[in-house]
Amino acid sequence: MKLSYLADLGKFVLWQKEVFRKPENWGMYYKELIRQMYDIGIGSLPIVLLIAIFLGAVTVVQFYYQMEGTLIPPYYIGYIVRDMMIIELAPMVTCLVLAGNVGSTMAAEIGGMRQKEHIDAMEIMGLNTSSYLVMPKLIAAAYVVPILVCVAAVVGITGGYLASVPSGLFTQAEYVQGLRAFFIPYNVVMMLVKSVTFALILVSVSCFQGYFVKGGSIELGAASTRAVVFGDIMILLADYFIAVVLTT
Amino acid sequence: MIRAEGIFKQFGDQEVLKGIDFTFEAGKTNLIIGRSGAGKTVLLKILVGLFAPTRGRVWFNNIDYTNLDKKGILAIRKEVGMLFQGNALFDSMTIEENIRFPMDMFTPMTAKEKLMRVDEVLERVSLGGVNPKYPSEISGGMQKRVGIARAIVLKPKYLFCDEPNSGLDPKTSITIDELISDITNEEKITTIINTHDMNSVMEIGENICLLKQGKLAWKGNKDQVLNTDNEELEAFIFASPFLKKLVEAAKKNGATSLENL
Repeated sequence: MKLSYLADLGKFVLWQKEVFRKPENWGMYYKELIRQMYDIGIGSLPIVLLIAIFLGAVTVVQFYYQMEGTLIPPYYIGYIVRDMMIIELAPMVTCLVLAGNVGSTMAAEIGGMRQKEHIDAMEIMGLNTSSYLVMPKLIAAAYVVPILVCVAAVVGITGGYLASVPSGLFTQAEYVQGLRAFFIPYNVVMMLVKSVTFALILVSVSCFQGYFVKGGSIELGAASTRAVVFGDIMILLADYFIAVVLTT
Repeated sequence: MIRAEGIFKQFGDQEVLKGIDFTFEAGKTNLIIGRSGAGKTVLLKILVGLFAPTRGRVWFNNIDYTNLDKKGILAIRKEVGMLFQGNALFDSMTIEENIRFPMDMFTPMTAKEKLMRVDEVLERVSLGGVNPKYPSEISGGMQKRVGIARAIVLKPKYLFCDEPNSGLDPKTSITIDELISDITNEEKITTIINTHDMNSVMEIGENICLLKQGKLAWKGNKDQVLNTDNEELEAFIFASPFLKKLVEAAKKNGATSLENL
């Protein structure tokens, strides 16, 4: 079992050479890139917004509960929500959700094409299918996911505001004071580094699972599940390493 | 001309092809026949380069296809069209987009030229006007014809067809066979068809190889089929008792070839 994971890792590494080969036709790749940007960006926006707003709201409520009655000033909660959303929650939770949403769709789409011989048909035409089917997705995700993550961060912070100020936990002035306190622009860089890395991970893992699927619908379902599971694990690992590297 | 030279193919412990030597003649309709599991599809996929043989070589004229680099393989593939058993039409694209896809990808043709070529090949397969439909909106026989249209849109030198009659009624099967045969003759394409359809063998088999359990069991043409004493071929062709009785009766009446059967 362990050997098969190692073999898959080797296959994955060697496959990257095919994925990043020069496109046969830039125009067709560009068309596919735009389609993928739309699918990843617009397609995932509602779920990302929904999750982000509740993340911010719950964070505020939980921290207020922890800090109530302590000497820590209430505006600190705005500061905590802002940094949690920017540094950790927006990039990681958004990408975990995208691994489930976009990743499983990509694995199923490419796996379905493999099973219906669409990939063979493209190969016979002389097309490098690894590149055509994966590269536009990678580039699209590398552009769109950081935008989604930024939106998630803003919406999360707004969610925190909506959960606290109208309900009277603290005032708008206190929340805004917290948002403006101790701001370190480098944290935004960290968020963008995380989001690009996670985007590349979730797309490449999902496409790999779909591209090399064998068998029938059960195997396709399993590949789709593996795409999500391995994607999530890789994202969590990468999150830890990026945190270690960028904060020490 | 395509030549298979000592082709072996193994999947795990199972040896599917055991030394196939056969020449697929240029400009003819070549058939690979045999029962299910004989290795027909594997041989076809090796010829077209989707599988690598465990041993042996595939020659396209004087070019050793099995030892080509990526660039050489792509150059050969530009001369190849293929009709897949399940058609392999891209279901999220319209018929027109399906047929235009190879042109979009590999040719500098203008949009107008591409549209003209799409209409031309669709007319050739008697499907004029289906351009805006999706594959799911047309019948299985029509999908086969669209598959043929897409396969020939770039004017290939070689046409490969994997079970073109599978899932079709006898009459539609004959139409597809005739279409492939006519296109082969008109365009002077080298066509290789993998089939177990007896009508195809009798109607369009200009050069036939019979596979049995991964080995070449017989080779010849449709006229030689009737007069063969090869047991494997007889068992395969005349598996239907009705057909066997019919042919035996015709032979008693002096029939010696398909034309006077």
